[in-house]
Amino acid sequence: MLTKRIIPCLDVRAGKVTKGVRFRGNVDVGDPVEFARLYYEEGADEIIFYDITASNERRDIMIDVVRRVAETIFIPFSVGGGLRTLEDMRRVLLAGAEKVSIDSGAVRNPNLIRDGATAFGSQCIVLSMQVRRVEPRPDIPSGYEIYLDGAREATGIDAIDWAKRGEELGAGELCVNSIDRDGTREGYDIHLTRAIADAVGIPVIASGGGGCARHIAEVCTEGKADAAIVASIVHSRETTIPRLKAELAELGVPVRMRW
Amino acid sequence: MIAIVDYRAGNLASVLRAVRRLGHEATITDDPDVLRGADRVILPGVGAAGETMRNLVALGLDAVIRETFLAGKPFLGICIGVQVIFERSEENDSVCLGLLPGVVRRFPGAPGLKVPQIGWNSVEFARMHPVFAGIPDRAEFYFVNSYYPVPADQECIYGFTEYGVRFASVVARRGLVATQFHLEKSGQVGLRMLDNFCRWDGRMAC
Repeated sequence: MLTKRIIPCLDVRAGKVTKGVRFRGNVDVGDPVEFARLYYEEGADEIIFYDITASNERRDIMIDVVRRVAETIFIPFSVGGGLRTLEDMRRVLLAGAEKVSIDSGAVRNPNLIRDGATAFGSQCIVLSMQVRRVEPRPDIPSGYEIYLDGAREATGIDAIDWAKRGEELGAGELCVNSIDRDGTREGYDIHLTRAIADAVGIPVIASGGGGCARHIAEVCTEGKADAAIVASIVHSRETTIPRLKAELAELGVPVRMRW
Repeated sequence: MIAIVDYRAGNLASVLRAVRRLGHEATITDDPDVLRGADRVILPGVGAAGETMRNLVALGLDAVIRETFLAGKPFLGICIGVQVIFERSEENDSVCLGLLPGVVRRFPGAPGLKVPQIGWNSVEFARMHPVFAGIPDRAEFYFVNSYYPVPADQECIYGFTEYGVRFASVVARRGLVATQFHLEKSGQVGLRMLDNFCRWDGRMAC
């Protein structure tokens, strides 16, 4: 039986993990490779790195991080943040990432999805979407709108339409991030995740709001998600991936328990 | 020396990294003579059956792969590498290498069953194989596939996986062993099986 994936997400700026994440005995350590190793050893099913570096020169630092992570862990990992061209994607994949995650770049240029899928295969292309709940209106019938660039700019694009379009253009997976839930630990947006999972035939990764195993269980059953992203709850070491997985197994969610 | 077949697919480098990490000497090559001289051969990759076959034929590698199989040399196929060893694939309606009798079919679309299958799924051993040493039955491995092998000969099926259908996820014959899942992306369990292959003499006695 296919298991539900638990995916830690790490924000990386100029080669360092941000958000004052704590690590092993509450010592702040910012090396993404060390986090990758820890989560790999603890049974993460996949890892996502989000490069929030602003300037272009510093992107080379991220490529070096990707290369070192690929030497260290032997599970899939994806890299997102600021990927705007086919060449951007190629560099990350050649450095050893399994997948690229494209977001605002795909909204601005939807052909990026198709070109990426043609060049590297759909299985490499994760379409990540930043979604905010709004009053339903003619151009946003679902009441879920796509936002750009760290949730700052509204697009007038309906999230359900965008999900279907992304699938048509060749995305292999969708990562649905609820801006409203991000960082709240109140649980994923079940309604949003389910609406998107019902609209497409490709796997859906739920993101934003995960606070405990019960939230993950809910979004993987009622929300029909195939995978869930966890961030602060594991980075802070309040819980760990093995503990979350043991709790999920108790709740009847199929998870990978041997690694 | 282990030769990884270069037929211009993605994902070759991750197999090389994993094999080297395990301490084995390996190289990525499209040179038939290097492949002939290698102790063992790996055919990995992600991609479509049609394009894979076109590239193998254009590079003159299909003949060397047949020789490798017939000689009984340890030969590992991964993902697309398990699909092209059969006679035909429904993907682009492609004629494949025909090392084993059988075909490759697309997963039936069903409600709640996403195609491609992406993620960790368990492998139930159908019979023992030397590369399974130390691997627990029903351990999970990382899959990414829309198509699955349907061997005509049940004797060559060594592992089953369930995804809407119960399909052959490990097949083997003589020196050939091939997995639908990605050993190089399946954590410690995958590395163990890969290491077992890299040390295997090609004999079937467990």
